[in-house]
Amino acid sequence: MPTTGARVGVLALQGDFREHMRLLESCGASVVPIRLPEELTGLQGLVIPGGESTTMSRLIGTAGLLEPIQEAVAGGMACLTTCAGTILAAREIRDGLPGQIHLQILDIAVRRNAFGRQLQSEEVELDIPAVGRPPVLVAFIRAPAIEQVGEKVEVLVTYRSQPAAVRQGRHLALTFHPEITGDPRLHRLFLATL
Amino acid sequence: MTQNGHVESSTVRVKRGLAEMLKGGVIMDVVTPAQAEIAQEAGAVAVMALERVPADIRAQGGVARMSDPRLVKEIMAAVSIPVMAKCRIGHFVEAQILEALGIDYIDESEVLTPADEENHVDKWKFRVPFVCGARNLGEALRRISEGAAMIRTKGEAGTGDVVEAVRHMRAVSQGIRRLASLREEELATAAKELGASLEMVREVSSTGKLPVVNFSAGGIATPADAALMMQLGCDGNFVGSGIFKSGDPLRRAKAIVQATTYFDKPEILAEVSEDLGEPMVGISTSSLRPEELLAVRGI
Repeated sequence: MPTTGARVGVLALQGDFREHMRLLESCGASVVPIRLPEELTGLQGLVIPGGESTTMSRLIGTAGLLEPIQEAVAGGMACLTTCAGTILAAREIRDGLPGQIHLQILDIAVRRNAFGRQLQSEEVELDIPAVGRPPVLVAFIRAPAIEQVGEKVEVLVTYRSQPAAVRQGRHLALTFHPEITGDPRLHRLFLATL
Repeated sequence: MTQNGHVESSTVRVKRGLAEMLKGGVIMDVVTPAQAEIAQEAGAVAVMALERVPADIRAQGGVARMSDPRLVKEIMAAVSIPVMAKCRIGHFVEAQILEALGIDYIDESEVLTPADEENHVDKWKFRVPFVCGARNLGEALRRISEGAAMIRTKGEAGTGDVVEAVRHMRAVSQGIRRLASLREEELATAAKELGASLEMVREVSSTGKLPVVNFSAGGIATPADAALMMQLGCDGNFVGSGIFKSGDPLRRAKAIVQATTYFDKPEILAEVSEDLGEPMVGISTSSLRPEELLAVRGI
C-alpha cells in the first residue's frame, strides 16, 4: 500500500483524535486538527474520531461546523469515521437524543450503544478481506451498530451479524477502533483513495 | 464480507480504551436523574452518580459511602452517556455491587470515607474499569499497578479552589519528566522511591507519559479553571460541586465543556466565561484544617 502526502483533517473537538493523528502521520499524511470551520479549507480527507457522540454533536453545533463539513463533503472531501464518528456521519440515528446534530454523509442507519454498556465492550480480531491478512485486532467500546445500509453502501466486515465496516464511494465508516489497537491498515486503505 | 474471529471482553485495552474516548471532555457530578439530563444536554462525556456532591459531604460531615443502588440505576436509565459511580477506598464489596449494577466506570474515591487505610481495591479482579485519584507520579503508578485504567488528580474536592488540582497535575508531569531524564541504571532506585514497579517506571521513562488517561479533578469551578488544567497537560476534566452548586448550572456546564475543547483559544474562553451567574461559593484550601483535607486519604 503506498503512503501518501494527502492533507487530512481530524475533528479534534473531543475523543481520541490524537491516536488518529499519530496513525495518519505514521502513514505519511499531512495531518491537521479541526475545531473551527475556517480550518476545513484544503482538506482531501476528514477523520471523525471516537468519543462521545452527544458531546461531539453539541460541539459541532456551537462551532457552526455542520454546514461547512457537509459542503466540504459535497466538494469531494472523503471521510473516515470510527464509532461515535460513524454515528455522527449516519443518515439516521436510532435512539439519538432530540436535537442531536448529524452530518448525513453516509446512507446508513445506526443504533447507539447497540451491544450494551462498558461491560459488553470487547477486543476482536476481524478478518477484513479489503485489507488482507492477518486479521485486524480492533476494540469495540460501547459500540454502535449499523442496522441498515443503502444500495450504494458496501459492507466490508460484519460483527455479531451486523455491518461493522462499510464503504460508500471514498467514505469509510467503522463501528470499532483500529486506532486504539494501532493497526494502520484501515487508515492506509482510506488514504489510498484520496 | 466475513465474520469476526477471536473475541475477548474486559481487556486492559478495552478498560483503558473507554477513558481514551472521554478525552477532551468533562465528567460531571450529578445527584439526581434530572441533573444527569442537564449534564448530558450540556455536552458532558459522562456523569458521576452521587448522593451528595463533595461540597455537601464536606459541609454535612459523617461517613460518606457508596450511593443507593436505586439512585445509580435511575441515573443510568436517564442518560445514554457513560455513568460512573464512587466506592470507598478499599471497599471491594461496594465495587462488586456497582459492577453488578452494570456501571461503566468505578471511581475508588478519597471523597468518600476510606474503608481501608492500608489497601486499595484489587482492581484487576474486576471486569469494570476503575479510575483513581493521585497527587503525584508515585500514587498514580501505584494505582495503575493495582489495576486502575484511568487516573485523575485528587485536587481538593468540594472547595471550588483549583490550587490543589494544579499542584497535583504539576507534580505528576514533573515526575514523568524526571523519569524521562534518568539513565537506565538509575530507574531501579527511582522505582523504589516511587513505590512502583520497575517495569512500569521503565515504560513511563521511555514513553514520557502515563500508560493511562489522566484527567484533572478537585476544585475546578470555572471555564478558566478547566482550560488551565488542560494547558497544564491533563486529558480532560472532572467537575464536581462546581456545576450544580452554581447559579445557572446548564449555562456553566456548557461553558466548561467549551473551555475544555478550546482551552488554548483565549478569545473563545472570554466569550464563554461571560455572564455565567454566581459560581459556587467555595472554600479556600489554605483555610482547611489538616483533618479536613481529602487528598491525603489513600496514598
